[in-house]
Amino acid sequence: MTATIEAHGLEKRYGKTRALDGLDLVAESGQVLAVLGPNGAGKTTFVRALATLLRLDAGTLRVLGHDVHRDPETVRCRLGLAGQFAAVEPAMTGRENLEMVARLYGQSRKTARASAHHVLEQLGLLEPADRLVRTYSGGMRRRLDLGASLVGRPRLLLLDEPTTGLDPRSRIELWDAIRALVELGTDVLLTTQYLDEADQLAHEIVIVDHGRTIAAGTPAELKRRVGGSVIEVRTHHRDHLALIATALGRVDHGPVHIDEATRRVTVGVDGAGDQLMAALESLATADVEIDDVALRQPTLDEVFLALTGPSAADDAAAAA
Amino acid sequence: MTAIAQTLDRSIEPRAVGLVTSTLTITRRTALRYARTPQLIVMATLQMSLFFLIYRFMFGGAIRAGSIPYVDYLVPGFVATGVLFSGIGAAVATAEDVENGFIDRLRSLPIPRSSVLAARAIADTAILALAAAVTVAIAFAVGFRLHGGLLEGLAAFGLVVLFGFAFEWLFVTMGLFAGSAQAAQGMGMIVFPLAFVSSAYVTVASMPGWLQVFAKYQPLTPMVGAVRSLTLGSRAQAELGHPSSYYIARALAWAAAILVVSAPIAVARYRRS
Repeated sequence: MTATIEAHGLEKRYGKTRALDGLDLVAESGQVLAVLGPNGAGKTTFVRALATLLRLDAGTLRVLGHDVHRDPETVRCRLGLAGQFAAVEPAMTGRENLEMVARLYGQSRKTARASAHHVLEQLGLLEPADRLVRTYSGGMRRRLDLGASLVGRPRLLLLDEPTTGLDPRSRIELWDAIRALVELGTDVLLTTQYLDEADQLAHEIVIVDHGRTIAAGTPAELKRRVGGSVIEVRTHHRDHLALIATALGRVDHGPVHIDEATRRVTVGVDGAGDQLMAALESLATADVEIDDVALRQPTLDEVFLALTGPSAADDAAAAA
Repeated sequence: MTAIAQTLDRSIEPRAVGLVTSTLTITRRTALRYARTPQLIVMATLQMSLFFLIYRFMFGGAIRAGSIPYVDYLVPGFVATGVLFSGIGAAVATAEDVENGFIDRLRSLPIPRSSVLAARAIADTAILALAAAVTVAIAFAVGFRLHGGLLEGLAAFGLVVLFGFAFEWLFVTMGLFAGSAQAAQGMGMIVFPLAFVSSAYVTVASMPGWLQVFAKYQPLTPMVGAVRSLTLGSRAQAELGHPSSYYIARALAWAAAILVVSAPIAVARYRRS
C-alpha cells in the first residue's frame, strides 16, 4: 500500500531562515500522524508544502503517490486543508460555506448539498447550519472550518494546529470530531505544539525542530524515552530546591532537573501513582516548604531534553 | 456513531473544476458578502452621496470651471474618482482574505489559479458599477445634465467602469502584498493625491505650478477628461481645450498600462505566496 506521505530531504528557505532543513517523514496509510514541535520548527511550512501552497527548494514530496511539484492538481483533489484560522465566510451560512467548497471540489449542486449536509451532521452543526457564520462562536467556526476540509471527501486531511486558541471544551469537541473521522478511514496529518494533543489523537508522532525531524515513534515509545510522566515540585524558597532534588532523587528513575528561575524541581517517572506517593513521603521527611506537587505529562521541553540534550531544549524553549 | 459511519461515498472522485464554474462560485461569495453586510453598501453609498452633495452645493458656488455649470463639471470627475475610493475596499478585502487563510484554502483546491482573481475583479467591478450608477442618479436629481447624446453618456459610464476594472487589479495587487487589512488601508491612501490633484474637482489651471505638473501627467486627469468630454458633448472641445478623442486615447492607454503591469504581478504573487 502506498504510503500516504513520503518526504525526503525537504528544504525551504525564506531569505536567511531555513524553514525546512532536510526534513524526512513517512506517513503510512490508515493512521493519524502528529507533527510535534515548537513555534518556528517548520510545521506550518511543511503543511503548506503538502497542500501545494509553496514550492520547495529541494527534496521530494509525494502525497498519495503523486509528486507535489509535478502533479499538484491531483494532490489538491485528494486533500482537505484546515489551517490555523477559520477560513470561512462570515456573511454566508454554515451550509452555504460547505456547499461552496464542495462545488469547488467539482461536485454537482446536488452532490454538494448532500456532502454539506452529511458533514454538518457529522460535526454536530446541523442546528446552526442555516445561520450566518457571523453568529457562530469560535469553537463552532473551527468545526465548520474542519467541515470545509472534509466536504471534498479527502483521502488525506491536513490540520495545522487545529485547537490553538480554543477553550478546553471546544478543544475536546474538536478532538472527538477528529477521532470520528479517523474511524471512517480518513488519513490525518496534524501539527501541534501540545504533547497531550498528539498523545490523544495520533498513532504516530514525528518531532521536528529547526526544519528537521528529531525523533519519531508511537506516543508510548516516545514517552518511554522520557521516562513516562514527570513529578513536579514547586516552592518559593530558592534554598530548598537542592533539598527537594535530593528527596526526589530517592524515588528512583529519571534524572532530576532543577529550574532556578521558576523554582521547580522535576523528575521523570514511570507514571505509576505509587511513585508519587513515594515522592511525597520522601519530601515529608525533608525539611522543605512546598507550594505544589503534581504528577503530569512531560512537556515538549522535557521531551526535547530527553531526546536531544540540554542546548537543543533551550533553543526549543526560546523558540516557543 | 455507527449510523453516521455510513461513510462519505468515496466512489465519487473529486475532479478538477472548470474556470467558469469556479469563478462564478467564488463571485457569488463576494456578492453575498456585500448583499448581507449592509454596512458595506450603505456606508459606501451614503458617504459617496454625502460628499457629492457637499461638493455640489457647498463648494459649487465658489469654484470656477470655465463657463460650465459646476455640477456638470463635477459629476464626471466625482464618479471617475469614486472608482478609486471603492478600490481601497477591494485592497482591504483581499488583504483580509490573505490574513484569515481564505486564500490558502482556495489555493489548495483543485480550481484554476486564475478563477480566484477573476472572481474578485468581476465582483468588485460590478459593485463599483452599481455605486457609480447610484451616484449618477443622485447627480441627475440635483441638476446634472448630459450635453451630449444619450449614447455618449452611456459610453462615458462604460469608460468609468473600464477604468475601475483596470485600477481594481492595482488594488488587488496591493492587497496581496499588504500583509494585513490595516496595511492595505494605508497603502490605499495613494488614492488621495491621485483623486484630488487632478482635473476631477477643480481645473488644473487653478492649481499652484508644482501641483499642476503632477496633475497633468497622472492617469486620472485624462480619464476624467475623457468622461467629461463625452458628457459635455459639443461644448467639450471649446471648454476643455482638446477633442474627446485626445482624452479617450490617453485614458485608454493609461488603463491598459495599469492593467498590463498589475495583473501579471497579482497572478504571480497569488501563485507564489
